[in-house]
Amino acid sequence: MFETLQEKLLKIFKTITGQGRLTEKNINEAVRQVKLSLLEADVNYKVVKEFIEKVKQKALGEEVLKSFTPDQQFIKIVRDELINIMGRANAPLELKHYPSVIMLVGLQGSGKTTTAGKLALHLRKQGRSPMLVSADTYRPAAIEQLEKLGKSINIPVFSGDRKDAIQIVKGAMKAAQELRCNVLVLDTAGRLHIDDEMMKELEDIKALTNPDEILMVIDAMVGQDAVNSAVEFDRRLSLTGFIVTKLDGDARGGVILSINYVTGKPVKFIGVGEKLDALEPFYPDRIASRILGMGDVLSLIEKAEKELDREKMEATARKLLQAQFTLEDFREQLREVKKLGPLSSVFEMLPGAPKIDVDASEKELKKIEAIINSMTPEERRNPRILNASRKLRIAKGSGTTVQDVNKLLKSYEQMRELMQRFKHGKLKLPFGL
Amino acid sequence: MGFFERLRKGLEKTRKSFFDGIKQLLKAGRIDEETLQELEELLIAADVGHQTTTWIIEKLKQERDDPVVSLKKILVELLEADTTLNLTGSPSVISVVGVNGSGKTTTVAKLASQFQAMGKSVVMAAADTFRAAAIEQLKVWGERINCTVIAHGEGADPAAVAYDAVNHAKSKSKDIVIIDTAGRLHTKKNLMEELRKIHRVVAKLVDGAPHEVLLVIDATTGQNGLVQARIFKEMVNVTGLVITKLDGTAKGGVALAIKHELSLPIKFIGVGESVEDLKPFDANQFVEALLS
Ligand SMILES: Nc1nc2c(ncn2[C@@H]2O[C@H](COP(=O)(O)OP(=O)(O)OP(=O)(O)O)[C@@H](O)[C@H]2O)c(=O)[nH]1
Ligand SMILES: Nc1nc2c(ncn2[C@@H]2O[C@H](COP(=O)(O)OP(=O)(O)OP(=O)(O)O)[C@@H](O)[C@H]2O)c(=O)[nH]1
Ligand SMILES: [Mg+2]
Ligand SMILES: [Mg+2]
Repeated sequence: MFETLQEKLLKIFKTITGQGRLTEKNINEAVRQVKLSLLEADVNYKVVKEFIEKVKQKALGEEVLKSFTPDQQFIKIVRDELINIMGRANAPLELKHYPSVIMLVGLQGSGKTTTAGKLALHLRKQGRSPMLVSADTYRPAAIEQLEKLGKSINIPVFSGDRKDAIQIVKGAMKAAQELRCNVLVLDTAGRLHIDDEMMKELEDIKALTNPDEILMVIDAMVGQDAVNSAVEFDRRLSLTGFIVTKLDGDARGGVILSINYVTGKPVKFIGVGEKLDALEPFYPDRIASRILGMGDVLSLIEKAEKELDREKMEATARKLLQAQFTLEDFREQLREVKKLGPLSSVFEMLPGAPKIDVDASEKELKKIEAIINSMTPEERRNPRILNASRKLRIAKGSGTTVQDVNKLLKSYEQMRELMQRFKHGKLKLPFGL
Repeated sequence: MGFFERLRKGLEKTRKSFFDGIKQLLKAGRIDEETLQELEELLIAADVGHQTTTWIIEKLKQERDDPVVSLKKILVELLEADTTLNLTGSPSVISVVGVNGSGKTTTVAKLASQFQAMGKSVVMAAADTFRAAAIEQLKVWGERINCTVIAHGEGADPAAVAYDAVNHAKSKSKDIVIIDTAGRLHTKKNLMEELRKIHRVVAKLVDGAPHEVLLVIDATTGQNGLVQARIFKEMVNVTGLVITKLDGTAKGGVALAIKHELSLPIKFIGVGESVEDLKPFDANQFVEALLS
């Protein structure tokens, strides 16, 4: 389908060979490609402009590292600059008061109510005792929605008179003390940033509750307008951060870069599904490559350069591609690729690769070996014949459980599928293989 | 407030930041390279997307007339489409689909209310059995606009709900069934499959059903909107778009890209949260409102 940015850059830089520096000409073309890629990812065009200017200056001044090809070096500059803006570390919640209030705000339909449930669950896992508060008196059945979510995770929901947001919030502060809840997660109605009256309501709720966190919930699919609403919510409420939802889809999430850039406030969590456990702390470096429209090829390259010499890496990759990919090959590859770090992270770095559930810790690896060793050669060649009784036998033989066997088979299937996709050219391995 | 005021009010911000800029640029006379580049930027800023923007600019370059008139013409030509719905079924079945939170349920209620105002009898099917209180949400709307809602419990098979709703409509000789489906990301294969199943089931009950499949897209959506439209169209034969939340500052420009690349017409626009805030799409008025 579409050429990845990676491939485009490679082409641009391939045209010049044996040069120790990036030239102004090829940098201009590369910059243009990055610009288009960022726009495609919905990064705000003004942010793109400023960002690109910085990248250009850096690229022109930089030495080509011997081990990198120019395209990779250029990508590294871009990626580092991205992370510069987004910050390197995760920004945690800062809850100081007792009880602490977390207020969720945002445009209609962005995911506030769902995220309120997710946050409450997250807080309880952290050992806190949260209470949910619904201050959405506008949307039909908004309160019922939060009540259902609260019930499903067994966390109290306060909705007071269900009529007046201010009264509800007041009542909630009292109820929290009675129920000994130490953190209130406050769900508010969706509203447009240009709706002055509704924005005023949020200011009132803020004044009343003195929240430790005011988080704006933003849909990952939003386009250029995101900065307008983010800036306005921030201006009126002094946000402490953002939660970006619906990143389980294929939106590139350029909004993350834009809002960081224009407000300087961090993204604290991301939403990755409709279920209440689908909330993750946000790590900027993990999203940089997604925004750029490629896998995290760069860290893979860096890692590979460190851990293995390039030739060996290429040989491994080639072998991966050529192998029939039986369970025996799988075992072999696990051992080799493991040198690059946890397998899952290796695969995460490949462009377009799906998330793979392989945890190749030393212990896991031993388990996997034991399981594969307990199979008959036929089973190794053709795992499809593994029925319940065979699995039980293998589990017993390897001192593991049927669950372990199933997990291994699933990982193997995923990896095999991935290999097929690489083979058929749907995905591209780095190093131009 | 009348349609024009509403439309204009809803799109005021769009006009200001987007087309005022363009007008400014074009008024200067002949369009030079630099101007075209800035123009490209303006269209990008409206979420039109690189490809469609380039296409528009290429067309503009070939025009000899007054640039504003030309631009208007290009945009109207691009957006112009038949917005009437196919209501030939008995009953006619309209399925409302889209990603999470785009405005489907609200749009279902708005449509039902407007059909009722036209003298049609309507049944709404609560086929979002997944999201917490989605059924209650539609029921509240049902009470507000006095429209029948067919619902099962949470977690029920959405296709069964649609089935019952259509059967109910058949037995009571109702004119229109509108199905409110759960929000789903186009990337989730099983959920897209579920949607196909809903459509298969209603197809067995009424010839040609669903007669309309409306994809609801939030005006704030960026380039992902094009991907959404492409996959929903592929999977469930979308017949038209509803662009919601145009009462905000978002420009909804991705609709131009969708029309250009997928030929999917916009049928309605949403400009607020109440039932009267759904307007039939009209390219001329739309572009006129944008450029005036
Ligand atoms: N796929 C996915 N869906 C999500 C995520 N977060 C929320 N949703 C869905 O998005 C839709 C809207 O979520 P809500 O929580 O109702 O949004 P809201 O901001 O409270 O909406 P209003 O109160 O109407 O403004 C629902 O269908 C949710 O299930 C996410 O991270 N991933
Ligand atoms: N300002 C504005 N808000 C809208 C419009 N249409 C819908 N909304 C709001 O957007 C939010 C989500 O609307 P819903 O109709 O629940 O969206 P949905 O697509 O059914 O959501 P899910 O079923 O959770 O996927 C609600 O708060 C609506 O009031 C519109 O045209 N303008
Ligand atoms: Mg809500
Ligand atoms: Mg809905």
